Amino acid sequence: MSIARDAKGLVQGMAQGLMAKAVALAPDNWVPGGVPDPLIGHQHGHLGRAVSRIDGPLKVSGTARFAAEFPMEGMVFAAIVFSTIAKGRIASLDAAHALAAEGVVEVMTYRNAPRLSPPPAFMSNPKAAGGDSLPVMQDDQVHWNGQPVAVVLAQTQEQADYAASLVEVAYESAPAVTAFDKARPGARPAMFMGQPLHDEKGKAEAALQAAAVRIDATYRTPRHNHNAIELHAVTVAWQDDVLRIRDASQLVSHTAWSLGQMFGITEDKVVVTSPYVGGGFGGKCMWQHHVLASAAAQLCGRPVRLVLSREGVYRLVGGRSLTEQQVSLGADADGRLKALIHKGLTAKTPSNVMPEPFILAARSAYDAETIELDVHTVELDLLANTFMRAPGESVGTFALESAMDELAEALNIDPIELRIRNEPEADPLNGLPFSSRRIVDAWHTGAQAFGWEQRSPVPANRREGEWLIGMGCAKGTYPYYRMPGGAARLTLTPKGASVGIAAHEMGMGTATAQVQVTAERLGLPIEAVDFEYGDSTLPGTVLAGGSQQTAAIGAAVIAAHRLLIKELLEIVGNDSPLAGLKPDDVACRDAGLCKRDEPERHETYASILARAGQDSIEVTGEGPPPLELMHWSMHSHAAMFCEVRVNAITGEPRVSRFLGSFDCGRILNPKTATSQFRGGIIMGLGLALMEETQIDERNGRVMNPSLSEYHIPVHMDVPDIDVIWTDIPDPHTPMGARGIGEIGITGTAAAVANAIYNATGKRVRDLPITLDKLL
Amino acid sequence: MTPLRYARAVDEQDAVLQAATGARYLGGGTNLVDLMREAIERTEALVDVSALSVGIEETEDGGLMIGAGTRNSAIAAHPLVRQRYPVLARAILAGASAQIRNMATAGGNLLQRTRCSYFYDESGSRCNKRQPGQGCDALDGFNRNHAILGASGACVAVHPSDMAVALASLDAVLHTRTAEGDRHIALTELHRLPGDRPDIETLLEPGELITGISLPPALPRSTYRKVRDRPSYAFALVSVAGAITVDEGHIRDVRLALGGVAHRPWRAYRAEDVLRGGPLGKVAFAAAADAELSQARALRDNGFKIELARRTIVAVLEELTGEPA
Repeated sequence: MSIARDAKGLVQGMAQGLMAKAVALAPDNWVPGGVPDPLIGHQHGHLGRAVSRIDGPLKVSGTARFAAEFPMEGMVFAAIVFSTIAKGRIASLDAAHALAAEGVVEVMTYRNAPRLSPPPAFMSNPKAAGGDSLPVMQDDQVHWNGQPVAVVLAQTQEQADYAASLVEVAYESAPAVTAFDKARPGARPAMFMGQPLHDEKGKAEAALQAAAVRIDATYRTPRHNHNAIELHAVTVAWQDDVLRIRDASQLVSHTAWSLGQMFGITEDKVVVTSPYVGGGFGGKCMWQHHVLASAAAQLCGRPVRLVLSREGVYRLVGGRSLTEQQVSLGADADGRLKALIHKGLTAKTPSNVMPEPFILAARSAYDAETIELDVHTVELDLLANTFMRAPGESVGTFALESAMDELAEALNIDPIELRIRNEPEADPLNGLPFSSRRIVDAWHTGAQAFGWEQRSPVPANRREGEWLIGMGCAKGTYPYYRMPGGAARLTLTPKGASVGIAAHEMGMGTATAQVQVTAERLGLPIEAVDFEYGDSTLPGTVLAGGSQQTAAIGAAVIAAHRLLIKELLEIVGNDSPLAGLKPDDVACRDAGLCKRDEPERHETYASILARAGQDSIEVTGEGPPPLELMHWSMHSHAAMFCEVRVNAITGEPRVSRFLGSFDCGRILNPKTATSQFRGGIIMGLGLALMEETQIDERNGRVMNPSLSEYHIPVHMDVPDIDVIWTDIPDPHTPMGARGIGEIGITGTAAAVANAIYNATGKRVRDLPITLDKLL
Repeated sequence: MTPLRYARAVDEQDAVLQAATGARYLGGGTNLVDLMREAIERTEALVDVSALSVGIEETEDGGLMIGAGTRNSAIAAHPLVRQRYPVLARAILAGASAQIRNMATAGGNLLQRTRCSYFYDESGSRCNKRQPGQGCDALDGFNRNHAILGASGACVAVHPSDMAVALASLDAVLHTRTAEGDRHIALTELHRLPGDRPDIETLLEPGELITGISLPPALPRSTYRKVRDRPSYAFALVSVAGAITVDEGHIRDVRLALGGVAHRPWRAYRAEDVLRGGPLGKVAFAAAADAELSQARALRDNGFKIELARRTIVAVLEELTGEPA
């Protein structure tokens, strides 16, 4: 058994090294084989309540301070000059006019930048945060069109921006590979987290040829860019040899360690704080702006603020790479899959390790007799691509679930029924049992709520005026992850408790949900719980990615909670009703501890602390290694339903209705969860209908680096979106919950494409589905 | 920072005088200021003319006179515009966003510049419109949004305005002022085709100020249909402005203009000639559309626009000749 086959990416790679010794240290509480998290049994407390976001009032009143809003004494503003060639060297660089411009303090180029080590590329080390491993402004080499070649520092942003336009750069171009088709001959097997993106079960090709019904099609998805509403920004100062960064980050501890590596200092000399983030989605990791601002602050001896322009985000921050996927399905006449082949090609750069892993969803999707999955990759001279909401599954489910729709039609079976017929009993590739898999329930409740029975099985069969109307469905999926490194500090005072962990609130409701969880765990009112996060000096190395943060925090808090109870019982003394009890004997209720089977034997935390003469107790617990992933195949699912209207004259596609029916374990906060699901679906509508980074293949330049030309959904593109969920706890995760940040984007594009087919009879296999493809 | 002088013109004469010393006219700033930020437009002085010539008045002949400083949203909301020139109200409301329409002026709307992405990429791409003689990277690049009519080897960009397409269909007349005096320009003559000088976009002389736009009396039925990639905040792939008078089953008079297809709002004279005096119906409408589009030329990415324009012309004519809603 290989864990790398059962879940993806980050978890495996980071966990692999730890696994061997971890097995011996496995704790005995909620981890496989032990008892579930006791909170799973709590039915009427803080969990599952629609608590409004605690950061809401701060944000709507403008008092929440984001990275670009922290003032610093003597601060200067930075502007970046970007390269205009894809590859080569800087032949000449004249900053004299820029330096002479009003307000300019310094111009940093490769000639005067501090000497730095290359960035540790993400996944090269458990704490690595870099988008790629290219040196940052250390030499005259240009590696992509848009690479920073100079940083202008001035007293105001306007002065810096203007002076940046005065920097004169001439280049000597070298041959660059910027066209996907030209790179094809160099395709190589893709490696992801040190493992090949390749799986085989039986002889799929032979089984396909022998199958009664076959589907074989190629699907294409374009490049996408990150477009979080908050621009990437840092405010940086060197204070007494400590590098302090106000950041917009989804990995503060990783960033602190990585910058430490680059600047040759230890990670405790780098303090990264990120209290509020205006959207992450995989894009708010460490990119060159962190390094450039820190280097510039060192060079000029003053604090520096660097806010990327929207264009700057496109030039500097990687996005999702393109894919070309072939899906072949073979089935018997009853629709049972004999062969599932999903393979294809993506592109990356020589300096990163992120092939878009579009086969991940296919690993555990269906009970096919034979399976063959493979990703090959080519390398291009472009900005490094990176993680973007549900890397792999978002675009992989478009291909796989479109193909399932094609198969359903070929078989004349309802597409939901086809999927249910191929539900696996256990993980199709590694045979592990599922921790909890209730997608069939989600299909049934979703179909009923959506009115699936109104769908015509015959395409192009429903029309109102100019509009063709159709319905489609698709399955979304995203795995449960929990990465190693989670640790939390729990502080108890007579007034309440505080959790401290280097985790992140990027707008998804983390702080709110974690306050609810902690209040429930400690038997406290919500108002008595504080959640400290977004600071690299706090315990833990927690990535807000892979939809794993809730689990990582949960596991760490469980560990800290156990330590807290142990300490409390040690100080209760002989006069307490709790005297002589062991940690397993007690539970938390009503702001104190009680004997589990005699709840009236109770003493409040305040009373325990007062008697012991202590103001507070502080413990720090570490989450156990993610052994649950070795014992169970752990995945969330979603049944996605879409109704579209396609204009018969102009081809304009408009989504008129959408419903997501989710099976993600227990939902901790229905209000914030609804927003997460809806937000993911809206991003999926953009993926389906409009998002596309236009890179001119002649020179590798992004040609639509703006929100006016790079289309994302506007309000009028977003219909009523209904979200429902099974709310069935997963017995093998903290709180019974699985992450919900990414699953909403998965399956959505296929549901749209399948609905468009149902409306028009046109099968569009390349995204985005723009009107020209429907004329 | 680039030194920049800003002044509000007290009247049209003052504006023209300031322009004579090099100032550029500033309306709502929704395009010019963007272009200045991108270093595509450079100027040392702005003279704000947005407070001049504001308002809409009925003219003696039953038409309208629209002051050049009138905000786009004010035009679209005006009762007479909504009653008599629905094509104009609809075109304006199909453009940009509510915030932009609240700022943008009538005169400024007409003079906005193309959104060709190579035009906007000052540091990294070639553009004959930005720098005459430099070359055109759109010709063999991303040109899905570009021209199918009237383009040249030097430029394949399109004019982005919706309002101007409606005005072209309405036979609107521009009123302008220079130090030498006033003149009238037919709106259909205002914008040039690119030829070998795509940097010269209009017939306006340097310093010539648009003071107003007059509309002749309206045809009884008119409308505007814009086809785009998303239902708001997107430029037209193809748009059609149409107005028509039908008399005993025949077309007595018709005006058609296309947007998103050319370097200027494209008045479809060929189609009008085919239609005028002829019968109603899909066959006639398609023949008219084909006549107009016979000269259309597709680039790498925009071939679909020819069929889309054909279909949209037919649909608009059918809408205008169908039973009133």
